[in-house]
Amino acid sequence: MVRRLQSVSFDDLIMNVLAYGTVTLFAVTTVYPFWNILVVSISDYESYIMNPLMLWPREVDLGAYFKVFESNTILICYKNTILVTFGGVGIGLFLTVTMAYPLSKRELKGRPFFMVLLVITMLFNGGLIPNFYLVRALGLLDTLWALILTQALTAFNVILMKNFFAAIPQSLDDSARMDGASYPMILWQVVLPLSKAVLATIGLFLAVMYWNGLLSSMVYIESREKWPLQLFLREIIASARALENMTQGNLAEAASRPVAPVTLQYAVLMISIVPILFIYPFLQKHFAKGVLLGAIKG
Amino acid sequence: MTSRSAITAHLQKYIWLYILLLPGLTYLIIFKYGPMYGVIIAFKDFRLARGIWGSEWIGFENFHYLFTSKTFFLVFKNSIILSLLTLICGFPAPLILALLLNEFRLQTYKRAIQSVLYLPHFISWVVVAGIVISFLSPGRGVVSHIVSFLGWEPQAYLLSSDHFRAILILSGIWKGAGWGTIVYLAALSGIDQNLYEAAIIDGVNRFQRVWYVTIPGIASTVVVLLILSMGGILSNGFEQIYMLYSPMVYNVADVFETYTFRVGLMEGRFSYGTAVGVFQSFVGMILILVTNAIARRLGEQGLW
Repeated sequence: MVRRLQSVSFDDLIMNVLAYGTVTLFAVTTVYPFWNILVVSISDYESYIMNPLMLWPREVDLGAYFKVFESNTILICYKNTILVTFGGVGIGLFLTVTMAYPLSKRELKGRPFFMVLLVITMLFNGGLIPNFYLVRALGLLDTLWALILTQALTAFNVILMKNFFAAIPQSLDDSARMDGASYPMILWQVVLPLSKAVLATIGLFLAVMYWNGLLSSMVYIESREKWPLQLFLREIIASARALENMTQGNLAEAASRPVAPVTLQYAVLMISIVPILFIYPFLQKHFAKGVLLGAIKG
Repeated sequence: MTSRSAITAHLQKYIWLYILLLPGLTYLIIFKYGPMYGVIIAFKDFRLARGIWGSEWIGFENFHYLFTSKTFFLVFKNSIILSLLTLICGFPAPLILALLLNEFRLQTYKRAIQSVLYLPHFISWVVVAGIVISFLSPGRGVVSHIVSFLGWEPQAYLLSSDHFRAILILSGIWKGAGWGTIVYLAALSGIDQNLYEAAIIDGVNRFQRVWYVTIPGIASTVVVLLILSMGGILSNGFEQIYMLYSPMVYNVADVFETYTFRVGLMEGRFSYGTAVGVFQSFVGMILILVTNAIARRLGEQGLW
């Protein structure tokens, strides 16, 4: 009400230009690469050579996508990544929930001890090689289980979820206890239905971590038929980079290839990020809420 | 309370809490404490065939080698320089974005912009590196195209030690700054709106409102995040650097994560690689403990 009485002053104008201008510029910079790789991936290579900045395909050419799906390598890698992501999110959420719930209860004896045990894992880790050796000793080397299990539970996620559970009114638990419900039943029927925001948030964190992770796959996976998508992407990018260094300054040679590296590379990049682009809008309202809950004390 | 019957009674009532705790605890012991136990590899002449127990103790030999190795000091220096640059250039970026977003009056536009800004956080470093590499390609990348349009000579930026750090910092900001605004926006939403009303009645202009109301309102969040990021001064993350670097730029780009990977796993020097990892993890732990203590001393919440 107060604001409406004022006319738009000079400093308001400057501030608006500064705020909207800067942030919009940053947003455009953020979107442009996505748009550019989409446009290039559905163009022919010659248009790209003529104008790599292109904002619109001169004519649509899906050759790169056909080329990608010519071999079934990408499908195998896709399948592996999906297996790892679903397995990891499932097991990760199970472990996180079952650990966070008792830790949110005052009745649990030794709670400070368990919390210390948990926090120590945030402070110190064995490092790359002891982890590699553990996975090898467990016989999990070169299996997708290595990727799923080594990353399923993090102290950060447990604490985030514990804080969320602790904020649920204790009276709900108590009345369910009076009715004779056991803790697992309360967790399943009372607590989890109230925790959709935090479940969606941590589920999303886990999914993104599993989908995007590279280092673990490089350390634990060898056989190509077990490669996740990111390893395949890495190979495509590395070979394109090598080719680029070889054909440096020789555009004709690079352009003479049936489907040139950049369009192919961009098609693979697009294929790998499409699932995230699709899921993202649906989860956004949840993670904004969920992150806020754990953001300050995290 | 400690009598046997009291314990039985407690367990009868609460046994499920302990059962629920079991899977997580088992997990921690195997997958988190197992590797911590494995750090004794660093003090042994570790051979895969002999296993941890069969390998011979060599004490601090690996650490002795570490502290006399030139490469190690280069890696140490690179890690710290890169972290400090990230802190100086990368840390303010989400803060500034959040302050500017907070000045938005068009809420629908603000939400749309936020969706866009969070997006790169969800894309893997492999993909981002793929984009960076081809955008910077000296022959026909987007950046080279613009650079030559402006009348300069495009270079192989990724192969140049002068440019490599800037590329890491900028790609880090591109990927992370938008996501980083979330924490600040949470703190900003906690500022009492009455303060703004009062400031408006006092005739304070928009800039003064930001300076006298908004910034003090989130100062404590900024301080906590700043102090905590000091704890990560030795960590730079593996994937971004690994995807972008090459032997040409090792002199500025080789950090603990990449060095441990190359030396430990690629060259198979398990004991030495572990020693490098232990050093990094140990110093990192001390830094976190110290910075957390400082945060608490300053009256902030700290990490736990």
